[in-house]
Amino acid sequence: MAWRRFEQGDGFLNMALQKNRLMRGLLALSAGGLCAGTAQAGYEMNLVRGVTDASRTAYDLHMISLWVCVVIGVVVFGAMFYALFAFRKSRGAVAANFHENTTVEVIWTAIPVLILIAMAAPATKALLTLEDTSNSELTIKVTGYQWRWQYEYIDQDVSFFSNLAASSRDAVKANPAAVENYLLEVDEPLVVPVDTRIRFVFTSNDVIHSWWVPALGWKQDTVPGFISDAWTSIPEPGVYRGQCAELCGKDHGFMPIVVEAKTQEDYDAWLETKKAEAEAAKSGADREWTMDELVERGKEVYGTYCVACHQANGQGIPPAFPSLVGAPLTTGPIEGHVDIVLNGKAGTAMQAFAGQLNDVDLAAVITYERNAFGNTMGDLVQPSQIKAAR
Amino acid sequence: MAQASGGYYVPEQTRWPIVGSVALTTMVIGGINMLHGHGAGKYVLLAGTVLLLAMVFGWFGNVIRESQAGLNNAQMERSYRWGMAWFIVSEVFFFAAFFGALFYARQLSVPWLAGEGDVMKAITHSFLWPDFEATWPLLTPPATEGFDIPKATVPAWGVPALNTAILLASGVTLTIAHWGLLKNKRTQLVLGLAATVALGLVFLYFQVEEYAHAMHDLNLTLASGIYGATFYMLTGFHGAHVTLGTIMLIVILVRCMKGHFTPEHHFGFEAVAWYWHFVDVVWLGLFVFVYWI
Amino acid sequence: MATVAHEVDHHHGPARGLSRWLFTTNHKDIGSLYLWLALIMFLTGGALAMMIRAELFQPGLQLVEPEMFNRLTTMHGLIMVFGAVMPAWTGFANWMIPLMVGAPDMALPRMNNWSFWLLPFAFALLLSTWFMEGGAPAFGWTFYAPLSTTFAPDTTDVFIFAVHLMGISSIMGAINVIATVLNMRAPGMTLMKMPLFCWTWLVTAFLLIAVMPVLAGAVTMMLTDRHFGTSFFSAAGGGDPVLFQHIFWFFGHPEVYIMILPSFGVVSEIIPTFARKQIFGYASMVYAISAIAFLSFIVWAHHMFTTGMPVAGEIYFMYATMLIAVPTGVKVFNWVATMWRGSITFETPMLFAIAFVFLFTIGGFSGLMLAIGPADMQYHDTYFVVAHFHYVLVPGAIFALMAGAYYWIPKWTGNMYDERLGKLHFWLSAISVNVLFFPMHFVGLQGMPRRIPDYALQFADFNRIASLGGFAFGLSQLLFVYIMIKTVRGGVKATDRVWEGSHGLEWTVPSPAPYHTFATAPEIR
Ligand code: HEA
Ligand code: HEA
Ligand code: CUA
Ligand SMILES: [Cu+2]
Repeated sequence: MAWRRFEQGDGFLNMALQKNRLMRGLLALSAGGLCAGTAQAGYEMNLVRGVTDASRTAYDLHMISLWVCVVIGVVVFGAMFYALFAFRKSRGAVAANFHENTTVEVIWTAIPVLILIAMAAPATKALLTLEDTSNSELTIKVTGYQWRWQYEYIDQDVSFFSNLAASSRDAVKANPAAVENYLLEVDEPLVVPVDTRIRFVFTSNDVIHSWWVPALGWKQDTVPGFISDAWTSIPEPGVYRGQCAELCGKDHGFMPIVVEAKTQEDYDAWLETKKAEAEAAKSGADREWTMDELVERGKEVYGTYCVACHQANGQGIPPAFPSLVGAPLTTGPIEGHVDIVLNGKAGTAMQAFAGQLNDVDLAAVITYERNAFGNTMGDLVQPSQIKAAR
Repeated sequence: MAQASGGYYVPEQTRWPIVGSVALTTMVIGGINMLHGHGAGKYVLLAGTVLLLAMVFGWFGNVIRESQAGLNNAQMERSYRWGMAWFIVSEVFFFAAFFGALFYARQLSVPWLAGEGDVMKAITHSFLWPDFEATWPLLTPPATEGFDIPKATVPAWGVPALNTAILLASGVTLTIAHWGLLKNKRTQLVLGLAATVALGLVFLYFQVEEYAHAMHDLNLTLASGIYGATFYMLTGFHGAHVTLGTIMLIVILVRCMKGHFTPEHHFGFEAVAWYWHFVDVVWLGLFVFVYWI
Repeated sequence: MATVAHEVDHHHGPARGLSRWLFTTNHKDIGSLYLWLALIMFLTGGALAMMIRAELFQPGLQLVEPEMFNRLTTMHGLIMVFGAVMPAWTGFANWMIPLMVGAPDMALPRMNNWSFWLLPFAFALLLSTWFMEGGAPAFGWTFYAPLSTTFAPDTTDVFIFAVHLMGISSIMGAINVIATVLNMRAPGMTLMKMPLFCWTWLVTAFLLIAVMPVLAGAVTMMLTDRHFGTSFFSAAGGGDPVLFQHIFWFFGHPEVYIMILPSFGVVSEIIPTFARKQIFGYASMVYAISAIAFLSFIVWAHHMFTTGMPVAGEIYFMYATMLIAVPTGVKVFNWVATMWRGSITFETPMLFAIAFVFLFTIGGFSGLMLAIGPADMQYHDTYFVVAHFHYVLVPGAIFALMAGAYYWIPKWTGNMYDERLGKLHFWLSAISVNVLFFPMHFVGLQGMPRRIPDYALQFADFNRIASLGGFAFGLSQLLFVYIMIKTVRGGVKATDRVWEGSHGLEWTVPSPAPYHTFATAPEIR
């Protein structure tokens, strides 16, 4: 979607393709050659133009600097290759012996300076607009986790996590080509209204991540212990995809971002259902759950939150990620099991899930772990007990 | 301007560098094992250190013998000068890294965490560290649990001021010694140096006292947040340099007593003097920015 | 002086056996040691790169687990930067600077030996992490906190101390270069008559002395954050993870010029030789080198546009960074002007030098694009950046190294390399290097982040092309290894001047250069 957005052959695209042809000519090297082959096949090589003002500005600045470089390149390399051709010894060229000329040296110092000033002006303006996050209509807090995103709608009490979709995860070692939006699909997208000035505030729960949706035109690092912000206003409904852009450990490549821009009405409707769900979850926490219910739900939760390290068969990747099969944790006293899952294990990759999962999901996944992968403890823990243990 | 006279002394083979490398590697391995709580670590570290000392003595002994044998012509001396000078410059930049961290914490990160600066920082404060207040020296870090909360800071106008005076004085005595050397007055040279060494030792004594007081009475440790961290890293590395400088001064003192140096030919002395003055200057920076303002 | 003269007469050929290499104080021996180490490290780092390219050959995970992929990337970067390019340039410095300034040896020969012999130990430590529980570093060559502190395995401490050792080595090496250049020049060789390679190395040495200690400081703070409860890089204690990035890049940006300035030097030696024409604008070259070095200290945060710096900072760093294009441009223009109205021949060193001017400049262009703050919000941490720095590093630094190797190996060994094979190696490399790195611009612009083991489907085709180019480039380098070894073993005997257009003191001594040269300094008029 977003990736292909500017395909709709507007002037910029043609410009982009010309540019590439030019670059190819410039390089006259096989990388270029191959691109020639592929370009016709409708491949995009240029910067994503995106849908927001920010991304359009970035794109325009990109094109300006690109063209400046192309032109300078043509001049400089043109001169060089002409020299290489015209002043070959084999052509009987004899060396002149000039070796300095203050005038030209001053000129080719001054001209770049002027060019740079010309380029710096619009860039400065763009930076100032980009960094001005004032008078926003909606604020969303984005928190980076290893390896998922948390979205909180400030003073809407709506908050949820967004994980890599199971479809993609399962395909990683199978057949990526079979799934659509491979590695760019999440279980729960960030939903926002169009034509609204949205302010994002970013932070992190662990290491530095970077929240990036190319179609929005910027990326912003999430720094633990600090807040950084950015804003956007999406003109048209659509699904916009991106990825974490700062190395954040093992699954850095597997924490995509999906932004779904809806019309105000659809957005409001969505918000209501979200609030309802939250209610349901609360009430769910109070009732008694059966073994089967818990195990069934636990399987899902495990699939999104635990499988990355402990693997689908529960056998983990020792030593870093221990096995859960017949392990002291999963076959020992249930209190200990609850404690580790709630509070994590210091000095290891095991995180504290208290903040990430609600009572029901925690009860479910713990029960599941004790009764799956050949573990047959037969015992279960109720959401209410989790609430108590918090 | 360099004029290579025919006789630049190019030493034959040397065994010391490889010994040094083995020594450092041994120390590193020992250190790592200590950090990870393997008992044997400290012995390995010790072994490496001993080897390193052996290397230093062997190597410098070698150089001293050559210089006594008159192998070092004027150009060689210049090489040594450039070498020492640029070594000190590199030391300056090493300290610059930690001063940089100090300034960043004082001017930027601490105020930011307390909400000063732009909107982002205001939110940082209200969302993440609502009850954090910026002060310097910083006694209560943003997150209090897991940190040693110090009772008070180390006042500038006690021991630190005294130490400043001591170091400045040591600079003077060292210069007096140098004059003695230039004017070939042995006693002035030896006494001046001895005084410098003494002052260095006194400085170190006070420094240790101060640390003991800060750690036990004030509960100020490396783990007291950014104040404790910058305080101990800066003063600690400086202290290490003073220790090294003092040892070098002692060596030079011995060499002076052996009559190694002549008014026109005493680079060893000068090198150590430069080093000492450098340590001196660093302290002034410390006194002003770590203790005083 | 009697004893001294006597001492000098003592000099004889190299010692026998291993002790020659372990204990040597001879700049030529030490230069060779550096060059061999660099070659081995280049092959190691390259082999890792081949694994990266193999994993990225198609979508999905085929060969390695994500954690392992991060290790490959990290170690590849570290080894190439600290193990291949830096030691290679120090090797050139050791071999050539004394020969070029007419000195009997480096100024401080014993320390010179130590500068080298720290490195094998440092890299043994670094590589040993592969075999430890916890494994090799996986936090990128930039080892950002807190991924490298709170969240990193025990082996990180091995990495930290390895970096310390490398730092000590580089600082001592730099001190030696400065002392040699400032104090060992033959009478009459004023600074402004000095070969540009020596100039670039003099400035590089200043950079090293300024930034390696800062790197040492950075890893030291990491160490104390990890083990002694300090909180330099943790907000909880009043520090800031971004502080790490400031310190790292204060080292990191000059570091990239440490890798490229000597390349400028070599190219400035080679082009005049094969254009049979004096370098154009010697003086402005010297000023440009110095200007680049100065600017490199005040642009570091262009690596941090997305960290949420105050906007004023972003604007300043954008301007300062863009400025670097000016002095660098001056150098490029001067090279072209040197070729202009020359009498040019195309031996292998010249071919690599020309490719350098061409492809480095392209890398420079993408650098300039990255400097545009708002655009970098898109480029940052994508393959566009990877493309940028490989253009300046591989057809940049590495090509310059190869040009230098072909240019001077006759002087080192007394044998000519095989010109036919040399040209073959050039064309294979020059073509495949672009197949390898040019497509990375495209996937980067289309949104492929760096440091990911697997990617979305729309990146598949260009990644496949890049991987194929990578394998081709890799294999071509085996040809380089073969040519070099063949030349060391023997070949057509080289004359003293070697090249028709050669100029400078190194060509006045016999080929191969005798074990001791310029025991008494030559006169320069
Ligand atoms: C040899 C190494 C080398 C060199 C020489 C350079 C040179 C330059 N680099 Fe590069 N850079 C790296 C190595 C290098 N870089 C590395 C390794 C990284 C990534 C680190 C990491 O994150 O892992 C990086 C990343 C990097 C970034 C951060 C990107 C990001 O992470 O978002 C930026 C941003 O400004 C940048 C800019 C520049 C600029 C402006 C130059 C300039 O010096 C280029 C100047 C040269 C020219 C411009 C061409 C010749 C000039 C002319 C022909 C004159 C006329 C031209 C004009 C007026 C346009 N570089
Ligand atoms: C001077 C430095 C230098 C050099 C020379 C290279 C050379 C190469 N680099 Fe690298 N690279 C970096 C510095 C360098 N790189 C840095 C700093 C990073 C960033 C790391 C980070 O993100 O932290 C990086 C990252 C980097 C990436 C991105 C990884 C990621 O983001 O996940 C990739 C991906 O393709 C890559 C590829 C290559 C390739 C194919 C080569 C080739 O040129 C290598 C060619 C050489 C050989 C192949 C060796 C010779 C041949 C053999 C040993 C025989 C075996 C060969 C075959 C079987 C074919 N490099
Ligand atoms: Cu999260 Cu990368
Ligand atoms: Cu840079």
